[in-house]
Amino acid sequence: MATINLTDVHKTYQGDIAAIRGVSLAIADGEFIVLVGPSGCGKSTLLRMIAGLESITSGEVSIGDRVVNGLEPSERDIAMVFQNYALYPHMTVRQNLSYGLKNRNTPKDEIERRIAKAAKSLEIEPFLDRKPRQLSGGQRQRVAMGRAIVREPAAFLFDEPLSNLDAKLRVQMRVEIRRLQRALATTSVYVTHDQLEAMTLADRLVVLNGGRIEQVGTPIELYEKPATAFVATFIGSPSMNLLDIGSHDSAWTVPGGLVGKPGLATIGIRPEDITLADGSAGGDRFRARVRVGAVELVGAESYVHGTLTNGEPLVFRVAGRSRTAIDEELEVAAEPESLHWFDAAGRRL
Amino acid sequence: MQRVVFPNKILPYLLVAPQIALTIVFFFWPASQALYQSVIREDPFGLKSGFVGFANFSAVLSEPNYLNSLKVTVIFSVLTALLAMAVALLLATAADRVVRGQAFYRTLLIWPYAVAPAVAGMLWLFMFNPAMGTFAYMLRRSGFHWDPLLNGNHAMILIVVAAAWKQISYNFLFFVAGLQAIPKSLIEAAAIDGARGTRRFWTIVFPLLAPTTFFLLVVNTVYAFFDTFGIIHSVTGGGPARATETLVYKVYNDGFVNLNLGSSAAQSVILMAIVIGLTAFQFRFVEKRVHYG
Repeated sequence: MATINLTDVHKTYQGDIAAIRGVSLAIADGEFIVLVGPSGCGKSTLLRMIAGLESITSGEVSIGDRVVNGLEPSERDIAMVFQNYALYPHMTVRQNLSYGLKNRNTPKDEIERRIAKAAKSLEIEPFLDRKPRQLSGGQRQRVAMGRAIVREPAAFLFDEPLSNLDAKLRVQMRVEIRRLQRALATTSVYVTHDQLEAMTLADRLVVLNGGRIEQVGTPIELYEKPATAFVATFIGSPSMNLLDIGSHDSAWTVPGGLVGKPGLATIGIRPEDITLADGSAGGDRFRARVRVGAVELVGAESYVHGTLTNGEPLVFRVAGRSRTAIDEELEVAAEPESLHWFDAAGRRL
Repeated sequence: MQRVVFPNKILPYLLVAPQIALTIVFFFWPASQALYQSVIREDPFGLKSGFVGFANFSAVLSEPNYLNSLKVTVIFSVLTALLAMAVALLLATAADRVVRGQAFYRTLLIWPYAVAPAVAGMLWLFMFNPAMGTFAYMLRRSGFHWDPLLNGNHAMILIVVAAAWKQISYNFLFFVAGLQAIPKSLIEAAAIDGARGTRRFWTIVFPLLAPTTFFLLVVNTVYAFFDTFGIIHSVTGGGPARATETLVYKVYNDGFVNLNLGSSAAQSVILMAIVIGLTAFQFRFVEKRVHYG
């Protein structure tokens, strides 16, 4: 149980390659924080700096009320779940779970008690005496979780733990991780590049880009009020349409023109906010003509990929199965309150 | 395993023919000759030979010199293999930590492997020969009565060190590769689990190196048995007083120097059996404790 505080943390690799360029973040006790961003954004580096596996070039990391900059990973009272699980292949599951506790001279009966408890909650009791290679991917994942849980650390660190699992198991483990974290109320930092995973797991999301924080907030805040165009396109699937004001050439119209928005460069519309115009609606909405290029049916809904008359792409959602044909021209519309406005630097207006 | 089918019927045989030819000429033929010779007694002048059954074997096995040679071989092989592997592992773990110039260190450490056994032997002889060796002089100056020409233990130490030195490079290469094959995240997991320094090495790194260590154990044992002839021949010649006469050296000595061909052949047959048995033992029992990933 602990807070984690990052104060102006920097990481520069040999040859002046900056991976983290000044990150400050306060994580509350028991909070589930997800670090998300495209590959190379520094999210794993940041996690590894909290873990003590990467040195901190400048700035301060503290866990609880201790500054941990100079402490070994083992002294930071954290447990980490790795992407490839990193189970010790020569030890049984039981030995894998007890290894960290034995190194800390935990009494034998205490180790037994904790293993029994963790094994029960993770349903890995039947495998305790097996070697990792005799387990399936999902079972290994559970053991990796178990190894973190038995330590009863101040914080859990997850480094893309689900990316090696198949889609179905990933959803199942995602729910499981959330349930366990709620039950244990242990502060957790979770790294992923999967925005859906990020949205469903996080108490608060941290979107990283180029070694800097783009935005911090609850999933719904980030979805409804993305602070930058980057966050807007990163959160939500398919990603938000960004339309350039400069080249719109009356390919689309917005209510009341573009007045009252100084500095406006881009407008954003989520695919799910666009509807087919039935012709009767008034002129107080976003309107555009779209030529259909492709239709993706994903089950309960379809995504239509089209082009505007000025050549810009536009994606929008149609409930159920779309009856539109390729090359058909459609009239679409969106409510004005669903529009997002960004300036030339990508900041929300 | 995937079955490969060659469209040409003769080509596959042609492709393996060179290896088969080499094995026949340099292994099966001499081995069969040794088997044949081992049951034959040559008369001193080479005029006639006669079948004697297992007489050569019983003579060899009841000879005190042979049993001494067996003891020498065991001591020599165990010490050489252990020393060569231990030093190589130490160097490999050290090289694993070097950040800059890793390739440079590795290249330097590999060089001794390119030195011929006899040359390696001469090198160490020059350094430690009581009459002219620099290190022998330094040892005597510091009050240590170093004399590998008269003291059997000193002679043994000298050939063990020389033989191990030559094999360290080879072992080093494999240990470095083995260390690099250990996933970094396992070491990191161990670091988080609070295992440091020697404890991490013995509980995580060493067990994960087991396949490499086992392979090297087999290779080093065979090396110490067979490939060290050149070193022993150039450094001690089996002396003093047979203190460094290994089985291989005795085969050579009895056969080519003393011209007792029957005894020599019987010895090489026993030697062959010992090495086959030893390797089989290693695969049967030691390999059970090895975890392959």
